[in-house]
Formats: sequence, structure tokens, C-alpha cells
Amino acid sequence: MKAGSYLLQGNEACAEGAIRAGCKFYAGYPISPSSEIMERIANRFPECKGAFIQMEDEIASISAVIGASWTGAKAMTATSGPGLSLMLENIGYAIMTETPCVIVDVQRAGPSTGQATKPSQGDVMQIRWGASGDYQIIALCPWSVQEMYDLTIESFNLSEQFRVPVFLLCDEAVGHLREKCVIKDDIEIINRKKAKGKPPFGQDGDDLIPPMPSFGEGERLLVTGSTHNEWGFRKTSDPDVQMRLVKRLSDKILLNQDKIIRTENYLLDDAEIGIIAYGITARASLKAVKILREKGIKAGLLRLKTLWPFPEKVIGELSAMVKKLIVPEMNLGQIVREIERVSKCDVVRLSKVNGEVITPSEIVEELLLAKYYS
Amino acid sequence: MPKGLQKYLRLQAMPTPFCPGCGHGMLMTAILHAIDEAGLDINNMVFVSGIGCAGWIPSPHFNADTLHTTHGRPIAFATGVKLANPELKVVVISGDGDLASIGGNHLIHAARRDMPITVICANNSIYGMTGGQASSTTPIDAISKTTPSGNIERPFDLCRLVGASGAGYVARYSVVPLKPLIKSIITALNHNGFSFIDVLSPCPTYFGRMNKMKRPVDMFDDLKKRCKKIKKGEKSEEGVIPIGVFVE
Repeated sequence: MKAGSYLLQGNEACAEGAIRAGCKFYAGYPISPSSEIMERIANRFPECKGAFIQMEDEIASISAVIGASWTGAKAMTATSGPGLSLMLENIGYAIMTETPCVIVDVQRAGPSTGQATKPSQGDVMQIRWGASGDYQIIALCPWSVQEMYDLTIESFNLSEQFRVPVFLLCDEAVGHLREKCVIKDDIEIINRKKAKGKPPFGQDGDDLIPPMPSFGEGERLLVTGSTHNEWGFRKTSDPDVQMRLVKRLSDKILLNQDKIIRTENYLLDDAEIGIIAYGITARASLKAVKILREKGIKAGLLRLKTLWPFPEKVIGELSAMVKKLIVPEMNLGQIVREIERVSKCDVVRLSKVNGEVITPSEIVEELLLAKYYS
Repeated sequence: MPKGLQKYLRLQAMPTPFCPGCGHGMLMTAILHAIDEAGLDINNMVFVSGIGCAGWIPSPHFNADTLHTTHGRPIAFATGVKLANPELKVVVISGDGDLASIGGNHLIHAARRDMPITVICANNSIYGMTGGQASSTTPIDAISKTTPSGNIERPFDLCRLVGASGAGYVARYSVVPLKPLIKSIITALNHNGFSFIDVLSPCPTYFGRMNKMKRPVDMFDDLKKRCKKIKKGEKSEEGVIPIGVFVE
């Protein structure tokens, strides 16, 4: 798409962001409320010289994405909670083989089939812990159609840079929102680093991220989800290789978290009460902050654009500055436990799981209760 | 392994971990022989395998690009490889448990799509790596660790399944004798579309010992005796395993 302002749906903006980031492969399976991403890609890929395939299920979709990524293509898939559950085994494979890929999760109300077209934030822990073993992933939470575009590009960049699956964790409300999206020409695009003859699973330099060759480049790659040494040879009984590999898979994200984590502050400088929110809920929270400020209450918002790795440093600092933190989320309290873990002040939960978004007035009410009665 | 084929191997990965009498080493030889005879450039090939003994045939042994995937999913991974770079020749080598049991859905859909990849199923009618449990190709009445009184479920006829799903080349051969198998692999590799070979490869360690074929040679003799070429339309007799090309 040419630079300019467009009226787009969130899911459409995500597809356009992927194309702009250089995505050349998409495999997916229909599931509400994410299907518009796949439909837009199916329409747009022929002119972008990308390969699109509708697979037989979500397991096959993520498998094909990983195969394509090792063949040199930037690759993605999109789904919702139940489909993500099917993908988890191979998400673990992508983590273990350090395969760049972008997975969009347009969250809907669960568990199970739940409410297919209603928003939720119930997958925040599924994406973090769903696969087996120890690992770190990256997850970004857009709160607007603009960010469905911008953060999709950012997801590809981070994924290529850190050789890790990156989740664009949105929800039905943002996915189906229609609003203005500004598309610019000057956008930074990052591609995976290459180095001929270097071990594709070794520790390359200080950033712990090895270069990644592709199939067909003559590197004769050994790619396996089993424990492997720097050349990909299986070492399934070697305690040292296992420990070093698993530690590096986490360290390459944790030691680089300052380069990854993005948060935004709204009116926090003099705030006595802080709201911490992500995704569509942050949007309601910002409105709530404005209402509260009009009432003379010093409230502010910390918005988590990056959910994983968890921005615990900035939250810890905020908790030392405010009297109370309020955490609204469309689940029964998943991220709030992480916030409680790192906070020095009182943390108040605001949960909503009826398949409807949290409104600004609900946050205002909760905050007034918390301020005056507890 | 013949000397001339050793160039295709990562010698540091040898010897193979296969049990004495296992057919997978012979299948490995047949595949490399076919690649050599067909004059294919192994640098232009990607070998995709799943979990199980057969998944080890290409990975780590073949000195080429290899993708050792999760259980049952190699065909889905291979689909991504092929679509991302159609110039590459993509070959899936895996077992019956991997391709037909846990991965059966991907097998029929790749055949339906006529995805231009070659799938070689090293079919030993049992789960070898996990210790001898029944698979979707274990014959009726056969003993396995999970069918101690004899298997009561009907096995898949993989060639009929894949043929009915739309594959353009479908064949079955055993690893004895090797020559017709090599010829079939060459045809499959040169086929422009989805090609599938059901390769009967004995597992003496589990299947043989549990089914009155105590020595590896008993299993080879059994295959030689029972595998017969069947003409089109002809019905095979009881106990006969039809081999040959079923779709071309």
C-alpha cells in the first residue's frame, strides 16, 4: 500500500503490516475472530509474490510456517485461543530451533470454543507457558488499528533479530475495530543475520544470537527439535549441551530485554494511583485517567506494549512512586499476578470475563472505590 | 553402504543407530542409490523427517539440508519448505506411526493438494523407538506391546489411502530385493507432483520377536514369500502383500 491515511480494520492492518515487513509466506486455518488476516493475505499475496496456503489445521499451519522460515522466507500465521492450543507443540519446536516467525493471536473468550466473536485477554499465559520446557518468547499488545500495523512490523523485526517466535497478542475488539491507519514510507526493516560456514546454533558474539542460514544455500543444515550442539547434531544425553542450550534460549531474550521492552507512560509523573493495562483495555484506561484527572484525582497509566518479556523493572519503579496500582484485564487475573510479584505497593484487580470490553467508567468506579474505601 | 554413496553421508554420524536386521539401513542405501542414479544434486534437496526410528534415516546421516521435525508433522513442514522455494526437491522420509497414525491428516491432504514432494514411508508395522506398540499399520492378530492378545483393529492400506486421496504416483515395495525399490524411488523423485512409496522394512527387534520370527532373516524370508506383484483388477490371495506401482 502506498503511504497515506486509510480506513482499515485491525485485522486488515495486521496483514498489511506483515506485507510491509517483507512477509513472503502465510499458512493458516480459519478461526474467528482472526480470519480476515488470512483473507486479506490471500487477496494481496499474488501481487506481493508471497506464498499463501490454507492448511488442514493449525498444527499444519505452524509447521509449514517453520519450514518456510528455514527456507528463507519471513513467515506468519494468525489464529485465536483454541487454534493456538493446537500450535503449541510446534511453537516449542520453533523456540528450540530458534526459528523466526510471527504468530498473531486474536483473542476470544474461552476456555475452549467459548465465545468465538467476543474479546478476551485470556491467552496471555497460554502464549507464555503453553509449550513444554523452559523458554522466553516475545509478545506485543496493540491497542489500535495503527498498532495492528506498526506492531506487526515490529514483531517481524524482533523475530528476525532474536530468532524467536513473536506473538502479536491482540483481541477481537482491536482485530475488528475500524479506524484511521497511517502508512508511512520510511520504516525500519530488520532481516536475520547471515554468516557462511558459522554454526547456526552456536553462541555468536555478545548478543547470544547465532546467524541463520537457509535451506538450499549449501550449508547442509541439521535442524532438530531435540537437544543439539552448535551444528545441530542431536545430543540427547549430554547434560552440559542441554543446560547451555536451554539457558541461552532464555538469556538471549532476558539479557536483551532493554532492547525489546516498550512501555508508554500517560500522566504518571505526579500520579498517586497508577493503572497498568495492555491492549484494548489500555485504551479504556487512558479514557478513565482523563475522567479522573477532571475530577482532580491524580491518576496515570502505564501501558505495556510489550507483555513478554515482562517489563518488571519499570513496573517495580512505578510501584515505588504511587500509592496504589489498578490492573484491569479481560481475564480472572493473569497479568496482575506478575505485577503483584514485582510491586511494592497495593495492587487492585479489575477482572471482566463476560465477553465484553472493560469500559472507562468501570475503571473509574473501581478506582474510586479503591481510593476511598480500602 | 557402497563406497560410491559415502559422499552423501555425514561420516561423523556413522554408524547408524539401527538395530541388527532393521530394514531402515537398506532403505537408506536405496534412497541414496536412487539420488545418485537419477543424477540429482543433493545440495538442492531438503530431507524432512519426523519422530521415530525412520526419522533418523536422513537426520543426521544425510550430508544435506535436513529438517527433523515433531512427531507426525514432517509433511506439513515440507509443504512450507516447498512453497517457500519451489526450486528445491523436498523428500519426506519417516515411519508408519509418524506419517500414517499421528500424521495421517497431513498425508491425505498433501496427496489431495498434489503437493510436489516425495514421501517415503518406512513401514515396519510397529512403533520401534518407543518399544514396540501397535501402529495404524499393524496387521490384525499381530502381537505388540499394546496388543498382547493380538491386534483387533484393521490396518491402513496406505497405498489405497494415498491413491484415493489423489496422489499421482503411489507404489509399495519391500527392502528385499533392493533393485525394484531403487527404481521406484527414482520414478517418485522425478514425478512432478505428490509421490508416495510405502516401503516395507522389517523390525526384527520388536515386531519379529513378538510374532514368531525370532531371527532377522525370518522376517526377510517372510517378506520375500508374501510380497507379490498384482496385476490391475486382480485380487490378491489371503496373506499376500501386493507390491508394485498402483498409481502412475
